[in-house]
Amino acid sequence: MIEFDHVGKRFGNVQALDHLNLQFSPGKIIGLFGPNGAGKSTAMKMIAGLNQPDSGHVLVDGQKPRQSRDKIAFLPEIDYLYGWWTLKQAADFMRSFYADWDDNKYTELLGFLNLREDMKIGKISKGQRAKCKLLLTVSRRAPYLLLDEPLSGIDILTREEIINTLIRDFREGEQTIIISTHEINDVESLVDEVFFIDQGRIVVSGSAEELRMTKGLSLVEIMKEAFRNVQQ
Amino acid sequence: MSQLDYDKSKAIYKQIIEDFQKQLIRGTLNPGDKIPSQRDYALKVSVNPNTVQRAYQELERIGLTETIRGQGTFVKANTEMISAIRQEMADDILDRFFGEMNSLGYSQQQITEILNRRLMEMKGAITND
Repeated sequence: MIEFDHVGKRFGNVQALDHLNLQFSPGKIIGLFGPNGAGKSTAMKMIAGLNQPDSGHVLVDGQKPRQSRDKIAFLPEIDYLYGWWTLKQAADFMRSFYADWDDNKYTELLGFLNLREDMKIGKISKGQRAKCKLLLTVSRRAPYLLLDEPLSGIDILTREEIINTLIRDFREGEQTIIISTHEINDVESLVDEVFFIDQGRIVVSGSAEELRMTKGLSLVEIMKEAFRNVQQ
Repeated sequence: MSQLDYDKSKAIYKQIIEDFQKQLIRGTLNPGDKIPSQRDYALKVSVNPNTVQRAYQELERIGLTETIRGQGTFVKANTEMISAIRQEMADDILDRFFGEMNSLGYSQQQITEILNRRLMEMKGAITND
């Protein structure tokens, strides 16, 4: 389980996280939704141990994030791969770095995603680069998979491929996927649990199916409703 | 199973169950047929595997399917069950129809007239073909 307990984080005069409380339960595909600047990336990086709370604390299975890095596979929003690398070089790097790297899975997903090892990261399309990032993250057998905006700026067919890769690969019970995005429409049917975040706070949260049943609204509509209420 | 064209404002697991029931009624799925594994079905309709699991568990609980270890999940429903489900789904549609018509202020007499007119039009459309 991942817990945020009264977590605050400030960058200059921007309050990125504001006494954020939440619990991500294991074995689910969790959506962290909100507009740009809501605090999604800050929260994701904090789970990955890449930034520290100013106040409160974050725990991953009861441990500090920095002590649980081997449990977390993180797909950052930024392009972190060198342009002059081939996909094979990037995979070799990951393989040498992470003990939970799974070569069988890598080879299988390489074909599923229509990627080739000799592709040069700097020369391929944005969609292909997004698929490379996904492949390199998902090829680890980490219990927690953090995907920060994996769909943004990517064409619809590639988005579908990414979503199907996650469904195909999801190991029920033993894996937890946390996906942050503002493109909720694409992941309506993918997520189990949702957290709508705005100005560093949770606005609405719950099981996606229960929310649909009780409100009779889609997740996109629920977000619009929640954020309208916040702004009033 | 067919592609699920689901309504995003309703619980997806319920729509999976309904889709399955409709296939039984239409006869595209029959007693004894093997249905896809949960994983294959999840991929086919691009739905969270936990949601598919919930729908499959419910199908089994209400006696429409059974899972045989090492072999897969099969349609267990018999023709009697299928016609009962058909009746039940038709009743739901009718309940909604009459409820909505009442809320619009239509009398029973007016509803009968509308239905008769519609049926005549449909008959006309068919014979004109």
